[in-house]
Amino acid sequence: MPLVEITDIHKSFGKVDVLKNISLTVEKGEIVSVIGRSGSGKSTLLRCINGLERVQSGRIVVDGMEVTSPATNINALRERVGMVFQSYNLFPHLTVERNVTLALKKVRRMSNDAARDIARTMVAKVGLADKLGAYPDELSGGQQQRVAIARSLAMQPTMMLFDEITSALDPELVGEVLKVLEELAREGMTMMLVTHEMNFAKNVADRVVFMHQGNVHEDGPARDTLIEPRTPELRSFLSAVLH
Amino acid sequence: MIRELGLNDIVYLLEASRWTVALALIAILAGGVLGLIVAVLRIVSFKPANWLAIGYINLIQGTPLLGQLFIFFFGLPLFGIQIGAWEAAALALSINASAFLGEIWRGSLQSVSPRQWEAGAALGLTYWQRLTSVILPQAVRISIAPTVGYLMQLVKDTSLTALIGFIELTRASQILSAATFKPLQVYGLAAIVYFVICFSLSRLSEHLEKRTHAAR
Amino acid sequence: MNYNFRFNALAPYTGEILRGISLTLQLTCLTMAIALVIGLFMALARMSDNRVLNVAARVYVEAIRNTPLLVQLFIVFFGLPSLGIRLDAYLAAVIGLSINVGAYASEILRAGIQSIRPSQVEAGRALGMTAGQTFRSVVLFPAVKAVYPALASQFVLLLLATSVVSSLGVGELFHQATFIDSRTYRSFESYALITVTYLVLTLGFRALFSLVYWLVFVRRPRA
Repeated sequence: MPLVEITDIHKSFGKVDVLKNISLTVEKGEIVSVIGRSGSGKSTLLRCINGLERVQSGRIVVDGMEVTSPATNINALRERVGMVFQSYNLFPHLTVERNVTLALKKVRRMSNDAARDIARTMVAKVGLADKLGAYPDELSGGQQQRVAIARSLAMQPTMMLFDEITSALDPELVGEVLKVLEELAREGMTMMLVTHEMNFAKNVADRVVFMHQGNVHEDGPARDTLIEPRTPELRSFLSAVLH
Repeated sequence: MIRELGLNDIVYLLEASRWTVALALIAILAGGVLGLIVAVLRIVSFKPANWLAIGYINLIQGTPLLGQLFIFFFGLPLFGIQIGAWEAAALALSINASAFLGEIWRGSLQSVSPRQWEAGAALGLTYWQRLTSVILPQAVRISIAPTVGYLMQLVKDTSLTALIGFIELTRASQILSAATFKPLQVYGLAAIVYFVICFSLSRLSEHLEKRTHAAR
Repeated sequence: MNYNFRFNALAPYTGEILRGISLTLQLTCLTMAIALVIGLFMALARMSDNRVLNVAARVYVEAIRNTPLLVQLFIVFFGLPSLGIRLDAYLAAVIGLSINVGAYASEILRAGIQSIRPSQVEAGRALGMTAGQTFRSVVLFPAVKAVYPALASQFVLLLLATSVVSSLGVGELFHQATFIDSRTYRSFESYALITVTYLVLTLGFRALFSLVYWLVFVRRPRA
């Protein structure tokens, strides 16, 4: 049974159709890059998967929980599906450590000590063990983004969603964040990422989904799809981002 | 009997100014509790609650405080509630303050980026947990300076309660001025006392504002 | 409760209320005009290199903003006569209110003037506009747009604040409540009616100011 099963979803903002009858499955352990021009609906698709956006019709089932059903406890789902945003969204009033422990204590009802242990492990994992006591505005963008990843990982999610997490970073800071993602990939984490990093998509992802005007326009193995695109739309998209 | 202004008179004014301060403090506390409710009604995603809060704010901010004072002073006894100038003053100022504080706090709440709500949601925090652990701590920090700034406005507003006969600094000055026939000196003295209180508060507010910007 | 509200007892006083409204509007507009002139001079003084002007303007603004309007009015009306300056109530009210609002207006105008960026002026001149054209299109228009909302809400605040001069005996709108109360012994009804009248006036002016803002600054000719 696939980990994510999206069946025929439709989403519009007012009169604009953002997602048109999309169906898609993601297997456990799979790494899927979602690419496409801005406005193609790729971020919206990601946000629908953990219920940050509601769909008008269709079904999304993640890890056996039906996201699109009103009966589902959406917060319980979000514990299992981690998400990292383009603008990091760390809590500015909390230190790195407390950014990570907040949800552990509130949602998982862990003791201070247990939460702190996990926070230390996770923050060390993203290479920032010396920054536990720092506030977000004392960190570079790359460091903040790594903390945001650690904050999500601490909840031990079944899968992770990454929404253009390197787009707001200065070019020299992109590498350190991608390194963390590669590490996660090696550990077998299921991931969906919206990204503009074509080399990352080609070398690390298993699969590429190309979105165009609210549809899944191409969907296939990462290397093959990116090296030999089948449709003119993907070809023109790739030549625009690569050159 | 006409007499000179003496030390006693200055002490009299200073003693009366305690009521000015007390009134402002009561209004900011009671008005604060009400104002919190107004702010929450203003931002919850339930349209009738929003309309109620907007209507309330417009009603209070669209009418003179002086009118509100007189309405409470003359109105409540009609409902069988016997109140004096002190109660009417405290009540009217608290209600007046609730509308202004409600707006200040709504602004503070809304100036916390909606992305912070999302980040909390993505971690599985419930709405209430997001509000109390993520949004409120940030909003409170933002609101401290304007709230202290508003307290200074409240201190000035208490002077109007003199007109319903409550003996605070301004009313005491009227009484003293009538007794001594030294209006310029007496009102000048009152102005200095107000200035000292308000100037300290506005400096405090500026200081807090700078600190909030420097803080993370 | 066994009190019978009798608002119709106030009906014979429609004339007084209308006179009160008229005087309140007159006071508000006159004060606003004078306050804008005071405010402009004080804003320029605050920004000038002349130390004396600068300090004087600062002292004025701080003194006014940190003391209540009512006390300021009492000083003008009851205090000044001991220096030999006798003003009738209306004149004292206009002077007291203008000095008060002038301090707030100067802060608004100063912020407006400081919002003008010198680079915009240079850009205008670089495009070959005359000094006058540059002033009109890249200085005056944006500056007025920047200060308009604050001045509009200052106007509404002033409209409400004029009620305070009833304590000097000026026959503006709020004073009419006292007068009607003394004739009818219907205190609550009198003050409630007058207070609601203020509400109608402030809502009306707010709507008018929004409309003007929309007409002048939002719906601009694209040509």
